[in-house]
Amino acid sequence: MSVTHDARIQVHKPATAAHRPSVRGWPDVNNPAAWIVAAILLIMPLIANGFFLIEIFATTLILGTIALSLMLLAGYGGMVSLMQLTIAGFCAYMVAVFGTSDNANISLGWPWWLAVPMALTLATVFGTLGGALAVRTEGIYTIMITLAIGAAFYYFTNQNWAIFNGHTGINNVATPHFWGVNWRADIPFYYLVLAVAALCYFAVDYVSRAPFGLALQGVRDNPRRMAALGFNVNAHRVAAYALASFIAGLAGVLQVWNYRQISPGSVSVGACIDILIIAVVGGITRPIGPYIGALVFVLLRTFALDFLVKIGLDGNRFRLLIGLGFLAIVFWSSDGVIGLWQRWRQSQRPQTDRPSGRGGHG
Amino acid sequence: MTRFVERHPAWALVVIIAIALALWLIFAVWPPGLEEAIGRKRVFLNALFNGITLGGLYFLVASGFTLIFGLMRNVNLAHGSLYLFGGYVGYAISASTGSWILSFIVAFVLTALVGVLLQVLVFRRMEGQDLRQTMVTIGLSIVFADLMLWACGGDFYQIQTPTWLIGPIELPLITAVKSSGEPVYLRYPLVRLVIFLASVIIGIAMWLALNRTRIGMIIRAGVDDRDILAATGVRIQIVFVLVFALGAGLAGIAGVVGGTFQSLSPGEDIRFLLASLVVVIVGGMGSIPGAALGALIIGLAEQLGSVYIPTYAIVVTFLIMVLVLALRPQGLLARR
Repeated sequence: MSVTHDARIQVHKPATAAHRPSVRGWPDVNNPAAWIVAAILLIMPLIANGFFLIEIFATTLILGTIALSLMLLAGYGGMVSLMQLTIAGFCAYMVAVFGTSDNANISLGWPWWLAVPMALTLATVFGTLGGALAVRTEGIYTIMITLAIGAAFYYFTNQNWAIFNGHTGINNVATPHFWGVNWRADIPFYYLVLAVAALCYFAVDYVSRAPFGLALQGVRDNPRRMAALGFNVNAHRVAAYALASFIAGLAGVLQVWNYRQISPGSVSVGACIDILIIAVVGGITRPIGPYIGALVFVLLRTFALDFLVKIGLDGNRFRLLIGLGFLAIVFWSSDGVIGLWQRWRQSQRPQTDRPSGRGGHG
Repeated sequence: MTRFVERHPAWALVVIIAIALALWLIFAVWPPGLEEAIGRKRVFLNALFNGITLGGLYFLVASGFTLIFGLMRNVNLAHGSLYLFGGYVGYAISASTGSWILSFIVAFVLTALVGVLLQVLVFRRMEGQDLRQTMVTIGLSIVFADLMLWACGGDFYQIQTPTWLIGPIELPLITAVKSSGEPVYLRYPLVRLVIFLASVIIGIAMWLALNRTRIGMIIRAGVDDRDILAATGVRIQIVFVLVFALGAGLAGIAGVVGGTFQSLSPGEDIRFLLASLVVVIVGGMGSIPGAALGALIIGLAEQLGSVYIPTYAIVVTFLIMVLVLALRPQGLLARR
């Protein structure tokens, strides 16, 4: 008798904890740095020209959002999934297939407001099925299985001509025009990306404090105990995959609108691993980490060539630089750039034991 | 074997029927109706042999991978890079000295050396942190891939087959009967058969070493419980280094094999990493017989798939993996 009674109390504990706002409030509201970053992001079009706006900041936010979905799985669920980019790529392909493009024999020509929800639904289903497969295993096995799924999708898009148009991919995908605005023009597109990224960021931030997120973190820390408490461990994991797939799918829609084309090269194994690098370099314990990682990655990718040439090295060694940087982060800071920042902050103020947050990025 | 039949009579029947059907397809002269339905027997036999020999190559790569995983719980995602490194070394040796055999030896030694360095300098520092080790291997594979691209460029290389292995050999398998009643025998490249034979010998040698020698006993004990093994006084770090060297060296040998009957180029590392992942997922992590079975299944699925359903060949491989995960998540031959 007493056992069941105990269990019931335990079951309700996370829920009541989450309802009390004093336990963990919105972490960024009281942080001036977060407001500054948010303000800078909002007035970015006044500061930056088209190249910086799209090639650096919009790309950062898109990649960051994909990495955010990985962060949700890895940071809160303890499942390192390498197929997040694959889900985003799948969604991008679906937008191209259901929407309008140059490949009239493939694209169905639906308007964007039909094609995008359809693509998002399919991507979420795809990711959930992949997740249901991946949760049958644990830890490092998850990495292997999701990597295998990602690689299988890459080779499949290369071989399949009926839907994915083989290695040429689908070109000139139509972008939305409504309310008299061309949403692929630089400034509207930047705001669109910023809005989606902010939405995803705050959604993940909210989920991390909601009952579901707390239960998920419990599953990460001790699945056996959570199962003993009556939680369905696998259902929580699959639900986390579903949410992460939806987020990755949103980023995929933005990605295909950004480049206006999608080809197997965008879902290659290397690109899947890039997402892991972004998340790990940024730090996978907080939602802000992936965006910082993405900024570092995009800046390196864009300027490494010029920089390497300037200091007299071969400019093509960009990936070497990325790989070495990733190795250094994995070796010295398990929590990425955020971890380094926090350690530095703590060494500045040894008397405070409470780690304070980095700014909000969007 | 008898236990399997007793416990799963229905599955045993399916397996026996499948084997009988396969034997009939291989040895019988196909009736004309069958040839019309699924193409000529020569095509089928070639795909079958390609699949089996490709399975041999996959086994060489995956056995090292699964051995390292089984003992050290380390998913070495840089295993594909070791494969490609071995291939490039083999190419350099065979191009400069002209000796095919020597290229195997040098590739084995050098990749084993890289494996020892990895184990001593990197993995020993983060023992027990599976996820972190895996991340490090991802980083290493990126660095290695770029270093090799730097050193060797993006060209395709093929290792020269030695003259005594060039050319096809006639096998006692009838592919068709001419109108004059004269049987036509299958002709198949000798080098692929030799390589397949070699991989079978390596597999059997590994099985014997693991099951019949003292060091094999230590390794098996380490797979089961490495803490207790260390507590009994075995110097487990030396065993780790040895196993890592062997696993890496096998990847190097596989690189030379792959460079001989396929080609070497950037990107092959990822391809073979994926192949070994799928092979060990299907066969069962940490199990050498599992790697052999998985390699055979995946090799056959890939080759037969690419002949009979060319667009969806990769999907067949993937479906096999999904099916195994759904029915037996630990892999076909893994104990757990």
